[in-house]
Amino acid sequence: MGRVKIRGVSRKFVKDEVSGTLALDNVSLDIEDKEFVCFIGPSGCGKTTLLRIVSGLDLPDAGEVFVDNERILSPGPKRGMVFQEYSLFPWKSVIDNIIFGPQMRGTRKKDAIEEAQKYLELVGLEQFRDSYPHELSGGMKQRVAIARALANEPEVLLMDEPFGALDAQTRNTLQHELLSIWQKKNITILFVTHSVDEAVFLADRIVIMTARPGKIKEIIKVDIPRLRDRTSLEVNQLRNRVLKLLAEEQKK
Amino acid sequence: MARGRFQKLKNKGVEILSVISAVIIWQLVADYIVRNRFFLPSFTDVAEAFLITVSRQGIFPFMGMDLELPVLLVDTLYSLMHFSIGLVAALVIGIPVGMIMGWFRSLERVFDPIIEIIRPIPPLAWIPFAIIWIGLNPFGAGFVIFVGALFPIIINTFTGFKSVPRIYVEAAKVLGCTADHDLIRRIAIPSALPSIAAGIRIAMGVGWMCLVAAEMFGVSRNGLGFKIWHNYYLHRMDFVLVYMLVLGFLGLLIDRAFRSYLEEKFFKWRTGVVM
Ligand SMILES: Nc1ncnc2c1ncn2[C@@H]1O[C@H](COP(=O)(O)OP(=O)(O)OP(=O)(O)O)[C@@H](O)[C@H]1O
Ligand SMILES: [Mg+2]
Repeated sequence: MGRVKIRGVSRKFVKDEVSGTLALDNVSLDIEDKEFVCFIGPSGCGKTTLLRIVSGLDLPDAGEVFVDNERILSPGPKRGMVFQEYSLFPWKSVIDNIIFGPQMRGTRKKDAIEEAQKYLELVGLEQFRDSYPHELSGGMKQRVAIARALANEPEVLLMDEPFGALDAQTRNTLQHELLSIWQKKNITILFVTHSVDEAVFLADRIVIMTARPGKIKEIIKVDIPRLRDRTSLEVNQLRNRVLKLLAEEQKK
Repeated sequence: MARGRFQKLKNKGVEILSVISAVIIWQLVADYIVRNRFFLPSFTDVAEAFLITVSRQGIFPFMGMDLELPVLLVDTLYSLMHFSIGLVAALVIGIPVGMIMGWFRSLERVFDPIIEIIRPIPPLAWIPFAIIWIGLNPFGAGFVIFVGALFPIIINTFTGFKSVPRIYVEAAKVLGCTADHDLIRRIAIPSALPSIAAGIRIAMGVGWMCLVAAEMFGVSRNGLGFKIWHNYYLHRMDFVLVYMLVLGFLGLLIDRAFRSYLEEKFFKWRTGVVM
């Protein structure tokens, strides 16, 4: 199960007594189990901050987050995260990075490797099994990071612009892969992106955020059945609507 | 094979020429300008002294037996023993202290002022206390080397731990690695290892430099540093130089061996560790 309840979350980064950045201002949102929600908004509006709070890496100054009615106060393996920046352990090979989570849970190395092999195939990196992160391109690193998060079998997967560094073609392929994994594995996904196309293609709901301080501006439910045709009329109409809302924020 | 070796020598041409010229200049200065074997022994004097030293036998007590070995080897073994006692003690104490200071903020503040006060004291200033606390034995010499080697190890372990990128710690946490001891073992140590290794390398250099002084105050009848003083009192400056050169070459050798071991170890995940 992976129901996420975000209740009145605010987060202010204080530098000293007088100045500070209000990154999130009273954000509330209910996310259903197995839902795919995309967050989109101007740079610096607090999307990363929100994901970090849901993961438990950061704590809100006001409000609270629940996953399946359990209040989140610290990170745990049920909430996986793919970071915006590169986060692979450079001293571990690709395969050892992927089995890190399962090994922490006590899975035997041999079984963990067998499982990990599947995820490596999923992201198309079987030949790089024994490579080290410094030998991979940026996009490849991000794919390994996705495989590593998936191999830990989280109930909620938090993805912070995971495809930002990829070329359009790989991006499209991975979007397909992600959808099929999501359907197979029954996980809840919170997905941050800058790409309206991506949000429109993936999401059950698109959450549009305001410029700083980050608030929820609008939530759009996407009722177009999957797999969505990126060039269809409905998809285009939706894309224009989201773009218009974002443009209002950019002007501020 | 022979050709390959020749090629290698050819590539090192400048270096070889430089060493040969230095030796020739040394010989000429000693023979024609200084003309005093006590003041500056020439290269050939030293070579002769070296051959004499090599031909002598000494006794090395080992597991209840008295082994008869070349005296130079006995001295080397004694020095390596003093050196290892100090270095191992510095590792055993320095690495945990550095780790704790780097990981726990509050303990950094506890240890830091004490370390900052003791660190500037030159290791050799500890010799009187080494004698009264530990006595005239190999551990007394080891103590001086320990003091010299300790701080580079603490400081480098500490910096290595402090600069573990936050993203690795956070990535580990969301993968279920949340306990401090797991984070230290699986994230902080591997991430800080290059820095710790660099600290050990500096510590070995400092420890080696302390060796001569540590053996000076009569901890044993053998040791490369001890023999320097011994020969000095006998006014055999050519023998002093032999031992000086052996100390230099051995130090170089230890450093090279350690460095190539490190490169082997980190080669896989770090291309070109600069140390
Ligand atoms: N640790 C921190 N200390 C101080 N300020 C912070 C910290 N983390 C984030 N901020 C501030 O909070 C605001 C929101 O940051 P956040 O990283 O959540 O933005 P974002 O929406 O993810 O942006 P982007 O799309 O560029 O990744 C920014 O103004 C940032 O400067
Ligand atoms: Mg961000």
